[in-house]
Amino acid sequence: MPRVCALDVGVATAIRRHGEETFPHECCGALIGRDDRVIAAVGLPNTTEEGPRRRFLVRPLDYRMAEQKASELGGELLGFYHSHPDHPARPSQFDLDHAWPNFAYVIVSVMAGVSKVMTVWYLKEDRSSFDEGTLNGDENSDSDSPSPVHG
Amino acid sequence: MATKILIPTPLRPYTDKQEAVEATGATVGELLADLTTKYAGLKAHLYNEQGKLRSFVNIYLNDEDIRYMQKDQTPVTANDTVSIIPSVAGGWGI
Repeated sequence: MPRVCALDVGVATAIRRHGEETFPHECCGALIGRDDRVIAAVGLPNTTEEGPRRRFLVRPLDYRMAEQKASELGGELLGFYHSHPDHPARPSQFDLDHAWPNFAYVIVSVMAGVSKVMTVWYLKEDRSSFDEGTLNGDENSDSDSPSPVHG
Repeated sequence: MATKILIPTPLRPYTDKQEAVEATGATVGELLADLTTKYAGLKAHLYNEQGKLRSFVNIYLNDEDIRYMQKDQTPVTANDTVSIIPSVAGGWGI
C-alpha cells in the first residue's frame, strides 16, 4: 500500500500558487504537520546558485527556521515541496541524489505558468529510488494530465 | 568525553527518535565515527559510497560550519554542541 500524505484544506492551493508565482523558476518550501497529515506549507527562498529554472536549494539556516516553525505550530517537519517548471512531477536523479530519508517530497509540475500534476515521493531506505505515495486533499488536482512515471 | 549532537527530524528514526544524543571523540570526525557506530542506520544517509560526508549534510560546531574550521579535524570538547543540519536540494534533470 502506498504511503498516504494528506493535505489540509488550502495546503495544495498554497503550493500550486507558489509554483506559479516563481515560474519559470522552481519554488520550494517546508511541509509541516504530524503523522502524514500536512497542516501547513511554508514557502522558503530558493537560494540555489546553479540556476533556479532547474534547481532549488534550502540553506541550513532556512532549514533550521523551518524546524522552528514546525515546533511553533505544534507539529513537526514532514518534508519539503518544490516545483518542476515545464517538466513532469516526478523526481529526477538530482532529487534522488540529494534526498533525505523519512521525508515526504511533494513535486508540482508547472506548465507554461499553470500548475498541473502534483505528486508525493518517499526515499527508499537503500537510497536506490523513490516510492510514490498517495496525495490526498489536492482540491485542484489536474485529472486530465497523465500519471507521472516512476523515477 | 561525551559531546552532545543534535539530530534533524529525518534522521531521528535512526536514533530511537531522540532529538539529541551523545558521542565521544576529540575531533568532529571521531565524534561522527562514534555516532555512526552507535546508530548504524545513520551512516548511509550521512556518508557517500566513498566515505565522504554527503554534500547536503552540514555539520555545525555550536553555530559554525566545520567547513570553515578544520573540517573533520575540528577539535571538540564536552562543552560543545554539534548539530547535523540538512540542506535540501533538488530540481529536474540530472
